[in-house]
Amino acid sequence: MSDQSPQAVMEEDQRSDTKELIINDFSIQVATVNGSGSQSSNTVLMRSIFQMGIPVSGKNLFPSNIAGLPTWFTIRANKDGWIARRKEIDFLVAMNADTAREDVMSLDPNRVVVYEETLNLKHVRKDLHFFPIPFAKLAGGITTDSRLRKLLANMIYVGVVGELMDIDPAEMEVALTKQFKGKAKAVALNKQALEVGRKFAAENLDRSVVPYRCKRMDLTKGKVIIDGNSASALGCMFAGVTVATWYPITPSSSLCETLADYMHDYRIGEDGKASYAIVQAEDELAAVGMAIGAGWAGARSMTSTAGPGISLMNEFIGLAYYAEIPVVIFDVTRVGPSTGLPTRTQQSDILSMVHCSHGDTKHIMLIPASVSECFDMAVDAFDLTERFQTPIFVMTDLDLGMNNWMSDTFKYPNRKFDRGKVLNAEDLQKLGSFKRYADVDGDGIGYRTLPGTKHPAAAYFTRGSGHNASALYSERPDDYKNNMDRLLKKYETARQYVPQPEVEYKNGARIGFLAFGTTHWAIVESQDQLQKEQKMAVSYYRLRAIPFTSHLSEFFAKHDRVYVVEQNRDAQMASLIKLELSPELGAKIRSVLHYNGLPIDARFVTDAVIAAEKGGSK
Amino acid sequence: MSTTMQPPPPKNVNRFGLTLADYKGADSTLCAGCGHDAITSQIIRAFYEYGVEPHRVAKLSGIGCSSKTPAYFLGQSHGFNAVHGRMPAIATGVMLANRELIAIGVSGDGDTASIGMGQFVHLLRRNIPMIYIIENNGVYGLTKGQFSATADYGTKAKSGDMNDLPAIDVCTMAIELGCNFVCRSFAGDPKQMVPLLKAALAHRGTALFDIISPCVTFNNHEGSTKSYKYAKDHEELIHEISFVPFFEQITVDYNPGEVKEVEMHDGSTVRLRKASHDFDPTNKGEALNLLRHCYDSGEFLTGLIYVNEEKPDFLTQLNMVNAPLATLSQEQVQPTPDDLKEIMSELM
Repeated sequence: MSDQSPQAVMEEDQRSDTKELIINDFSIQVATVNGSGSQSSNTVLMRSIFQMGIPVSGKNLFPSNIAGLPTWFTIRANKDGWIARRKEIDFLVAMNADTAREDVMSLDPNRVVVYEETLNLKHVRKDLHFFPIPFAKLAGGITTDSRLRKLLANMIYVGVVGELMDIDPAEMEVALTKQFKGKAKAVALNKQALEVGRKFAAENLDRSVVPYRCKRMDLTKGKVIIDGNSASALGCMFAGVTVATWYPITPSSSLCETLADYMHDYRIGEDGKASYAIVQAEDELAAVGMAIGAGWAGARSMTSTAGPGISLMNEFIGLAYYAEIPVVIFDVTRVGPSTGLPTRTQQSDILSMVHCSHGDTKHIMLIPASVSECFDMAVDAFDLTERFQTPIFVMTDLDLGMNNWMSDTFKYPNRKFDRGKVLNAEDLQKLGSFKRYADVDGDGIGYRTLPGTKHPAAAYFTRGSGHNASALYSERPDDYKNNMDRLLKKYETARQYVPQPEVEYKNGARIGFLAFGTTHWAIVESQDQLQKEQKMAVSYYRLRAIPFTSHLSEFFAKHDRVYVVEQNRDAQMASLIKLELSPELGAKIRSVLHYNGLPIDARFVTDAVIAAEKGGSK
Repeated sequence: MSTTMQPPPPKNVNRFGLTLADYKGADSTLCAGCGHDAITSQIIRAFYEYGVEPHRVAKLSGIGCSSKTPAYFLGQSHGFNAVHGRMPAIATGVMLANRELIAIGVSGDGDTASIGMGQFVHLLRRNIPMIYIIENNGVYGLTKGQFSATADYGTKAKSGDMNDLPAIDVCTMAIELGCNFVCRSFAGDPKQMVPLLKAALAHRGTALFDIISPCVTFNNHEGSTKSYKYAKDHEELIHEISFVPFFEQITVDYNPGEVKEVEMHDGSTVRLRKASHDFDPTNKGEALNLLRHCYDSGEFLTGLIYVNEEKPDFLTQLNMVNAPLATLSQEQVQPTPDDLKEIMSELM
């Protein structure tokens, strides 16, 4: 680890105006139009850096559109392992005429711009290093096919960037071959484009003005790159999901699509028969309804959606809560309300999930912060939903779900599935009878039977209307209240079963952070910034599930102020925390809210905390 | 043992040794004389006579008077009274989870043709194996008599309001959407309903029943086309139906040309003896023409309107393992540590 923060290196660099090299600490932004095929090129660029052992993250900022609108891909390489979004761009690849001027204007001085020469950007600013490149012309030298030329121009910029930044050509070839796996012609053409870019840069560009360099490290060995939706899908597969029903919606579609791909490869037997059913439903109501029907009949079932889908699923989810039916629901959250910004990230479905339905409802929600937690918590979710016979929400977001993240390899879930309290014919033979909604064990969870159980006492009637312990229709006040109180007891029991928070108490810390999900990555970096720049120690409580656990009050008790950082306008999580704490502890909440649709960055958090602390927070 | 005389089979039991009483449910709480109760009785009889093991049945419904009825039959079967208009999604999920179940869904005209139309059409399109009964009375009973989308144009509500919108014909729609077993019946005609229900049990795929089931409280008056009187006065049988189950191959003599036989998926036979119309229910064009004729003329023809035993159901198309997905063990559904290793190495 470096003893100097990235920020400090930059400041020194600017003051002295020397071309001191900045190794493995920069961000590259590629500005293109969507539908231009730049995704493959950007992945090759990102993977090449990753393969050199340098920690890296990639974020795709894309429009709700198929082709022709601006899109930006940002790659951050950081030797210290910080992989949150960084606002400042060091190296811009400007390929989009519509945004080029604005993209250039937003840069800090002394940054580097590679651009399609016809965009003529050189004169826009005097304090940047410009490299005009005849991308179209160079691509024309490889092929006459106009569609292909556009695609190859993208790989040419990868070659240019690689040459300017010292990215190992061998790693670039490996990454490229992996990207176009099995397509020999595409591999050959793209290799040629890569080489054209490298050669042009080597022969024509003065890279001495570019301070950013890649130098081999050893920090990514044994690591994988994967997006959160794929990780969640893998978790579902290894949790033995048997029924997945879904409706396409950004940013969750790739979860069930990837699931279908993996299941096809790993869950079809030698006889060609599938041990699962994946169905694309006609809408979200049907998607969750099918999953609930399957959960009722004993399958491990799931659906995945985003905020608008959760809105549509409300009534059915209330039924599953009240009738006590297992189902796992992934919400890959995006910006709301309404259609909102469908391709931008936010953590703003918290309240609509934990209280999803009319009437008194409290749902269990798991909140992964990383791709490996997407995997682990998907596995947890299926055990929890069958244990508690209630819907389990897994909340990720667009940033986690659709972007590529570096991660340790996932750990195989070496444990027996928890299929919950299910009575079979033998059990019923011994018991003689059973009451579906009776709290036999004192944990609020009744026993259920599955349709198809061959015993005259197995059947019961499931309904969303009032019912008593024997599952019979009832409008009696005591039956209703007893049932609702038992559901609350079940929720209390869940506190010990859900993923526990990760709590880090810092020596001498008077203040703490509380965050969850993808906000985590900005928090750990901000903690470091506050320590190094302000000598401010900040503890950290990473919430991983709702319901809260007893650790929450303890954390608030031990700090003067707790900054609850979340990516929504209305401090949704803070409002839930406030309900949980005593008024005295609740008064310690300070909200830091980021909600412009972009992933939260560390500097935003650090600045907010400094302002609040200096502003005389008491 | 082989020399011992087998005791004669007990009387009044079916092929699983169960009595009619074993197929009953809780007491009905519907209005006395409700058409739905008549349908409930015929479901009990048909399931008893055909011989269905109650534990294999899943009774499903949405919301409304009709949707209450699964509590009144097959008390030894699991039941699920879901949300309004969404029984098709539940049915689909249940059948995905356990393909060995026999699903029977009971819905109403509001539950199906209004709030549930979206799910209904997709259920038909998928051909989910189940019996789907619409207890069609043209009104919302539980909310006291508003018109539903199947009320005929020009009919009069109890309140005196006229219905000025065209009716949705669920049978026509079902055939257009690929449903392969479509029939229309009348709650006041139990003789016809029982063989039709047995034929539905013998069918593999969605079997749709549009059963005119008068609402004695809100739609049984003069000016209604869904009253007992109207239906009784106007009902015409397309054909007389009898059902010969696969386990009782009885041969009966009949004149060729007088009876049409349809062999069902499970080997049972449906015999249709010509009544009012010379009609072939295996011909989709004829079926649609007949329905169009009824719609235009206001005739109330009942019977098996369309049947096709060739089409695969949704579960067959999914190519799943034979065992119910719900019963698969951890070993059957969890890939191995080596599989995870392989996946991880591809992501490095």
